[in-house]
Amino acid sequence: MIAQLVVLWTDALIFLLLFLALAFGIYASRKPHLRRPWGMVVGSRVGMGTLVVLLFYLVVGLLDSVHFHPWAQSSDGSGEKIPSTEVISLFDSLVSELRARQEKTYSAPLATHLYAKEIIELADGSTIRDFPRLRYAGAHLSDPEQSGADILRLSALGILKGVAVSLVSANVLIMLLAVAARSNFGEQARRVLQNRTEVPWRVVLVVLSMMLVLIFWSAELASRYHLLGTDKVGEDVFYQALKSIRTGLVIGTLTTLVMLPAAILLGIMAGYFRGWVDDIIQYIYTTLNSIPGVLLIAAAILMLQIYMSNHEEEFNSLVERADLRLLFLCIILGVTSWTGLCRLLRGESMKLREVDYVQAATAFGVSHLRIIGRHILPNVLHIVLIAVVLDFSGLVLAEAVLSYVNIGVDPTMNSWGNMINSARLEMAREPIVWWSLAAAMLFMFILVLAANLFSDVVRDAFDPRLGGSR
Amino acid sequence: MSEVLLKIRNLKTRLGDNNHPVYAVDGVDIEVYRGEVFALLGESGCGKSITALSAMRLLPPSGRIIQGEAWIEGTNLFELPEMEMRRVRGGQMGMIFQEPMTSLNAVIPIGEQIGEAVRLHDSENRENIPGRVVELLRSVGIPDPERRAHEYPHQLSGGMKQRVMIAMALAGKPRLLIADEPTTALDVTIQAQVLSLLRDLQRRTGMAVLLITHDLGVVSEVADRVAVMYAGQIIELSESRSFFRQPAHPYSRKLFDSLPGLHKRGRELAVITGSVPLLNQHFTGCRFLDRCDQAQDICAREAPDWSPMAPGRGVRCHLSGVLPVSRTLTGRYSKVESNDSVGETAMRLDVTGLKVHFPIHQGVFKRVVGHVKAVDGLSLSIASGRTLALVGESGCGKTTAGKGILQLVRPTAGQVCFNGEELTRLSPGALRARRAEMQIIFQDPVASMNPRMLVGDIIVEGMQAQKIGANRSERLARISDLLAQVGLPADAADRYPNEFSGGQRQRICIARALAVDPSFIVCDEPTSALDVSVQAQVLNLLKELQRQRGLAYLFITHNISVVSYLAHEVAVMYLGRIVERGNVDEVLQSPRHPYTQALLSAVPQIDSQKGVSVIRLDGDMPSPANPPGGCHFHPRCSQILAQCKHSYPASVRLSETHSVNCFRVGHYAATSR
Amino acid sequence: MMAYIARRILYAIPILIGVNILTFLLFFVVNSPDDMARMNLGLKRVTPEAVENWKRERGYHLPLLYNSSAKGLARVTDTIFFQKSVKLFQFDFGSSDSGRDIGYDISQRMWPSLAIALPVLLVGLLINISYALLIAFFRATYIDFWSVVLCVVMMSISGLFYIIGGQYLVSKLLHLVPISGYDTGIDAIKFLILPVIIGVIGGVGSGTRWYRTLFLEEINKDYVRTARAKGLSEKRVLFRHVLKNAMIPILTGVVVVLPLLFMGSLITESFFGIPGLGSYTIDAIDSQDFAIVRSMVFLGSVLYILGLLLTDISYTLVDPRVRLS
Repeated sequence: MIAQLVVLWTDALIFLLLFLALAFGIYASRKPHLRRPWGMVVGSRVGMGTLVVLLFYLVVGLLDSVHFHPWAQSSDGSGEKIPSTEVISLFDSLVSELRARQEKTYSAPLATHLYAKEIIELADGSTIRDFPRLRYAGAHLSDPEQSGADILRLSALGILKGVAVSLVSANVLIMLLAVAARSNFGEQARRVLQNRTEVPWRVVLVVLSMMLVLIFWSAELASRYHLLGTDKVGEDVFYQALKSIRTGLVIGTLTTLVMLPAAILLGIMAGYFRGWVDDIIQYIYTTLNSIPGVLLIAAAILMLQIYMSNHEEEFNSLVERADLRLLFLCIILGVTSWTGLCRLLRGESMKLREVDYVQAATAFGVSHLRIIGRHILPNVLHIVLIAVVLDFSGLVLAEAVLSYVNIGVDPTMNSWGNMINSARLEMAREPIVWWSLAAAMLFMFILVLAANLFSDVVRDAFDPRLGGSR
Repeated sequence: MSEVLLKIRNLKTRLGDNNHPVYAVDGVDIEVYRGEVFALLGESGCGKSITALSAMRLLPPSGRIIQGEAWIEGTNLFELPEMEMRRVRGGQMGMIFQEPMTSLNAVIPIGEQIGEAVRLHDSENRENIPGRVVELLRSVGIPDPERRAHEYPHQLSGGMKQRVMIAMALAGKPRLLIADEPTTALDVTIQAQVLSLLRDLQRRTGMAVLLITHDLGVVSEVADRVAVMYAGQIIELSESRSFFRQPAHPYSRKLFDSLPGLHKRGRELAVITGSVPLLNQHFTGCRFLDRCDQAQDICAREAPDWSPMAPGRGVRCHLSGVLPVSRTLTGRYSKVESNDSVGETAMRLDVTGLKVHFPIHQGVFKRVVGHVKAVDGLSLSIASGRTLALVGESGCGKTTAGKGILQLVRPTAGQVCFNGEELTRLSPGALRARRAEMQIIFQDPVASMNPRMLVGDIIVEGMQAQKIGANRSERLARISDLLAQVGLPADAADRYPNEFSGGQRQRICIARALAVDPSFIVCDEPTSALDVSVQAQVLNLLKELQRQRGLAYLFITHNISVVSYLAHEVAVMYLGRIVERGNVDEVLQSPRHPYTQALLSAVPQIDSQKGVSVIRLDGDMPSPANPPGGCHFHPRCSQILAQCKHSYPASVRLSETHSVNCFRVGHYAATSR
Repeated sequence: MMAYIARRILYAIPILIGVNILTFLLFFVVNSPDDMARMNLGLKRVTPEAVENWKRERGYHLPLLYNSSAKGLARVTDTIFFQKSVKLFQFDFGSSDSGRDIGYDISQRMWPSLAIALPVLLVGLLINISYALLIAFFRATYIDFWSVVLCVVMMSISGLFYIIGGQYLVSKLLHLVPISGYDTGIDAIKFLILPVIIGVIGGVGSGTRWYRTLFLEEINKDYVRTARAKGLSEKRVLFRHVLKNAMIPILTGVVVVLPLLFMGSLITESFFGIPGLGSYTIDAIDSQDFAIVRSMVFLGSVLYILGLLLTDISYTLVDPRVRLS
């Protein structure tokens, strides 16, 4: 199915970030001062519950970050397979049905008919104005009146499948735990169900089962209907909302990734060296900070638009162009948001350089670079981590607002902001088309809520004021 | 006199969450009589503050009273509704805390803060609150109280703030004043002022004082009775005088023996091995078991009960009847060893006219509007095997002087000549190469090690920087050598600093300094953050290392007893300058500068019979940014001459080694000659 | 005091120069005026004459930094940098790309912006602080727990949802107030009331949580223990001692955004059709009017720096520990 792999810029960066996160995880597992707070995160019920939810989002996002040209029939009719010009992702090919089943225009969630009246030619040749049947949704029904019963049947089937899979996965998990703890299955199961384990596995199982049931239920329904309706051009809204996950994740994570090097380097340098180095760095961030963020983003995106429209020949495909715009948005969002972290790090480094152990290192003649690397950086790392986690949800929300103002991601890219933006025009319509908006809001809300709760747990675990990491 | 005012029965208080409880107070009984000063003595973490906070019902959120009762004047405190309890707080019981700097509200004028207490508890003066506030301020010795009442806490010095705290506690005319380490954060001369104020007020008003402290000297100065607390329990109760004559519990005796002092020079200090047990466990035997050198079988099997010894006297020890009840105070006074340097590598440090000034920047363009003259013309010299103690109160510039000598802070002027090489003129690279020769040990054993690094990595850092040890295995061998020298097991290298107690950490810091084989070490108050029982371990170690390696120490401290135990020479610093210097005998036995005299007399003495009258210094040390003209000390000096206000006195030589910067001494020396 | 303010204003100059250079680079160097012209005129088949005309009409025909064809001082002043960037320092914003006087537009549009932003700020502050105090009073109880949960949920909802939902519910279903629009004078109230309410609700979650943290941090300080040891009631401890200390970061945090209120809110104004500076900016972005965006960037920085100055001054007024010299 993969004819030719396409590595977009953000794909590469996302996997780089994943790699860095894994490497950091391995590093952290060896350092007790990092293992202890992570242990607190893993031991917290809210932390583990939200982590499961976030993982589902992450899996969708990652699947959606492997892009390629699929095979296609060559146009000369020889039946030969050639790489298509289209770029799709692994996720697209998994849910190809959702993508392919395009209706004419709006249709409500789980509807069998279009949302707009059309002139329909009846079998006898006469025409009436009515809501026509949808091309795909509920097409298997001979009588659309049965759709209610059909939906119930499909729901029951989906939930049954979900329960079955969750039971299997719960058993597998308990078995693995039992092996790891060198106890027997029954004992381990009792401990998990009575919530007597170090890691709150019961919460994990509950959330996991809920998610699995939800997934199987929606998969079952989405295979026959448009679960969340269709939009103006008839595209499945459920598909759009799922595709938007990647955009949200990219904005939330890559922005911090691109700003981190600058924030860490400049922040520590300003605090450690002080003097004129400090003056210059402070000048830079005060200047950048003084421009209202939205305006800086607006100006930069406007300039990017001009550049892109004047240099269209430089981009191979629309996907690539949209991707570069996304990356650029991350960078410019990073530029507007690094100053806060930089200032925090500057203050902390300033304190640390006067701390006795740094003075002791100076008394040994240890070089500045080594002092920064061994003494300053490890002791400000928790601040960086907290900042990264705390920023995430704000950035996801910001994407929606920016896209709404047309200075966000490319209009061709799936994103919750774009969904809201296009849906708001339909708010004035009678009766109102609400599902695009609701779908985008719901998907965004769950992600942001999970991220907010998770970041609270992380902050409590790492903040020395509350946790006492010394 | 013997009427019970506050009575605490079998108090048990826990901290922390229910899964990991800390039994901070575990069955404490206390009776405080009307009009007495009752001292609760103990090392940090023994539960003495928690006991007091329990009585006030002011525990931190994680604290819970599990059991016991507390009565004041017939009122059961633990059964009072919160409304009534508020009337007791500040009314019958006032409380002052250790940190006057943070214990006052920074954004409310002090008069108003005191007025609040007056309004609540003093119905007679409710109409005349400002008048009463001024009266209170005057009674605690604050000059110009009418003006001061409108000032904010940051405009007052530390001692003044503690006085304000006392005034606030007195506003409700309490029967009992709980003073939680009231002088620990203060300098010794200020401590003397506050202690005498407390004693004075107690006599005048007839209130009782529950004094919580870790300082035996303070107890001996002011307390009528004393209870010693250890690991959440009272282990000894006694009248103060008999306690100091004959401490009964092995722990109390060891405490006395581990105190440094002049009479113990030349011998090792007694050491209480190990450290205070953690309070998150249940004890089956005696809590002092692991550290007691007289432990018997029974001590491990059974927890000792309270055994009364005499009326008003008791001890919690199985051996209470068995042990001889006399303290061996046979301190063999050995004359100061003058030639005990065994330095094979002779080292010499000469500092002349060292100045470290910090510019005060102001405004946007960072114009320099003045200088904090932290060190202002300091000269001294040290040779191998010798210890020079640099003594002074906080803010006198002694720490900056130490850092200036090591070039951790670049001096503004002056020479630092180390083995004939001028350090101030060396380039950073050349200086880096000399760093192995001179090292520093810091005050705070927690802050002086990177919590993110293994002890082994911490020790090896200096070796790597100074290219000592050819390879990894050589360095590893050296690390275990060093750890053995400071009395730690070799596997300590693979652990993190937070796994060690304060005393152990300080020994790791010493090992780290020794790793590069220095000949000179600046010891910046290395024992002042440690408990007395642990302090002795570190002092012994430092002394032993000096004997073995011929190290030279610049020992920066404010603790006179440590000086008298350890130092060969003493230099007394005041506002960035040395005012008196000489051999330890000369300076400590016959101080000549008025400041030295006041400083020495202010140190609380354990033998209270000695009857030295304290020379009280008024006021506080001025700011080094704006030192007074003439002799820096003249505004506080009791023996001032006319010329003191106009010019700074030159150094007067009293002997080969002893010199003083004082006009009066110079005057006297000139006329007597 | 005056000397201090004067010095702070002097300090602002290099920052404004920095902002100016940055915007100049962004608007004229990254893309040349030719590119802008082509973009604006519609890309396809643009004659060089049309581009030249477009540039001349808007004054973009001049050289960027140095005009070698001019004489004397004009070599420097007859340039884009001088005409378009340096003149901003005199608050001479010039005319927009569509020919309107930007300065006049700003002076007209800042008042509607303020009419929304100021009530949102003040009412929001009042509600958030009261709620946070209530939570702090009942700290470590179920009230505290569920309030925090509520705050987290509220701050996880996109601001767009509050606006769209509010408009739908209040204006469309209940017909209480008009959906959007603006009027002058007292009539403005019916247009303003919904955006203000929505603005306040949108900020409750994060605001309350932030103030709660502030209060709880203060409550754990030593002076609170002293106040309790005095026998003060919990109410008085909270309202007199804790609040007075916490007001310092709260007030200074408010002061820094005060000047920026003039800039208005992009989203709210465009949703509710309020003719303020926020919707002005959005319209400019939509119509790609660079002159307006440039002016707004500069104006925003000036207001931000003014906010910093006001913060410093307000510190000296509320915090007795800080003295200006």
